[in-house]
Amino acid sequence: MVTVTNSLSAFADKIRYYTLKELGHTGFGHYGGSLSIVEVLAVLYGKHINKNVHDPHNPDRDYFVLSKGHGGPALYATLFLKGFISEDVLYSLNQNGTTLPSHPDRNLTPGVEMTTGSLGQGISVAAGIAYSNKLDGRSNYTYCIVGDGELNEGECWEAFQFAGHHRLNHLIVFIDDNKKQLDGPTKDIIDPLDFVEKLKSFGFASCRVDGSSTTAIDEAIEQAKLVTDKPIAIVLDTIKGQGVPYLEQKADNHHIRPNEEDKKALQEAIEQLEQRMKDGE
Amino acid sequence: MVSSMTQTLQLDTLEMRQVYAKTLKELAAADDRVIALEADLSSSMSTGRLKDEIPNQYLNLGIMEANMMGVTAGLSLTGRKPFVHSFGQFVTRRAFDQIFVSLAYAKLNAVLVGSDAGVTAEHNGGTHMTFEDMGLMREVPNAKVYEVSDAVQFAYILRKAYREGGVNYIRTIRKNAVHLYEEGETFEKAKVLTEGKDITIVACGILVAEALKAAEQLKEKGISATVIDMFSIKPLDVETLIASAKQTGAVLTAENHNVNGGLGSAVAEVLGENYPVPLYRIGVREQFGQVGKLDYLKEFYGLTASNIVEHAHKLVQRKK
Repeated sequence: MVTVTNSLSAFADKIRYYTLKELGHTGFGHYGGSLSIVEVLAVLYGKHINKNVHDPHNPDRDYFVLSKGHGGPALYATLFLKGFISEDVLYSLNQNGTTLPSHPDRNLTPGVEMTTGSLGQGISVAAGIAYSNKLDGRSNYTYCIVGDGELNEGECWEAFQFAGHHRLNHLIVFIDDNKKQLDGPTKDIIDPLDFVEKLKSFGFASCRVDGSSTTAIDEAIEQAKLVTDKPIAIVLDTIKGQGVPYLEQKADNHHIRPNEEDKKALQEAIEQLEQRMKDGE
Repeated sequence: MVSSMTQTLQLDTLEMRQVYAKTLKELAAADDRVIALEADLSSSMSTGRLKDEIPNQYLNLGIMEANMMGVTAGLSLTGRKPFVHSFGQFVTRRAFDQIFVSLAYAKLNAVLVGSDAGVTAEHNGGTHMTFEDMGLMREVPNAKVYEVSDAVQFAYILRKAYREGGVNYIRTIRKNAVHLYEEGETFEKAKVLTEGKDITIVACGILVAEALKAAEQLKEKGISATVIDMFSIKPLDVETLIASAKQTGAVLTAENHNVNGGLGSAVAEVLGENYPVPLYRIGVREQFGQVGKLDYLKEFYGLTASNIVEHAHKLVQRKK
């Protein structure tokens, strides 16, 4: 168990490292919401998602939909580490003619399951995938990450009603509760109240975990897989800019075009991660 | 083929909604990946029985059209072949971004059927009367847009859309359409229903019957008209249109829809770029819908044979 935990945490370091390098190459991007999903991506792609880079369309694969498409850069770093894309491609984020646009595109990027970025839509698609696989009697899982700000969108709550009604127990939804949306704190814009209780009332099994802990996330997924009669919502208690203290403290950290001070701090974060990765080898 | 048609315009025995349910049931029996989606309008579209007849190929989502499009994308992503119905405005206006991003931009497949075309929404009135759905859908890259005029045509286009994949929007009325075509007819090119030399009338949906009546009345005035059933608004049968425009030198379009965005726009664009001739578009202009009986509404918006005759006459004068 300790080995798995350590390796997932080390995988998170790598994802964070390459996310920062990728965004650094581009010179701007959605730092805050990419970094807050690094740990959950590490646990999903490091342990749970059954998807083979050599057989990516196998109908029994697990599906992953990044409904909060703005987290694309973190997904791309993960897909690079899983062998779906090359390092050259990783650093082409948002360049002219790239196959890595800000928001994931299933027709451009190997390993991306669904095109997302227009908020609220990915969760409906994930629910449709889970419904379809259930109809076929398959035991594969559909994982979906939605943002806390994204849950402003009514379509999310339509999808939750649908998933709850059809008892899609192989749908595992993560809510990235990083407490900020573009214009400020979620509680000031549209107070989310209690996501766990809300999701329970929609027919989900729901819990809240430390979204910066790969161990806590992994345990929550293991528990989720024991549920047989309802979909699962795991609320991730996260911080926008997670894992980079300088960014965590920065007020406006949704989309950043780093100035000289930012660049220096981000370079230090990259070097620290690099050192940790070396120490762990 | 249709020389005697105009004297014998009668209604099809099957309502369009029955055609939809029947065709879906046949397609579903032949292909277990076919699935019918509804958003609480099954009773209106005669698909309610499918719930018992093909339970694993029928899904009623409740009143949530945006989610219905997303679920459709998920079904398509896993290899299913979704047929999605609601009233036209709920399919297009309400769920447009979902269609645009999750279906079309993502290059997934769906047959979207919008019923109660235009004035046939009758007593559902302005909130439900859609004159812009074809315009919206025509803007979606690579989407195909149809308005069907007849039962045989509707069944054919449903199968064609199923066969071809991509995003298809099929606009229809729910009740009985005028009987125009016999079983076995194919619909790959626009249908030239009457051939004339003075003017081309391009129509779709319920205006095809009006155009045929108008052609009869024009004949009495010494004007011979070509009537084309342009059931495919996108892609448009450019070849047939231009050939006819060259033959007659004047084109009138007629649709149960806004003149901007739909058939009239599509025809005007093609002629403007390729073969400009005097043109007039019959349809709704800067107006919303309203409640009323079908005859009243057709009269109010000018969707009648007599209005076609009046403007056809003026167009022919303009040629001189």
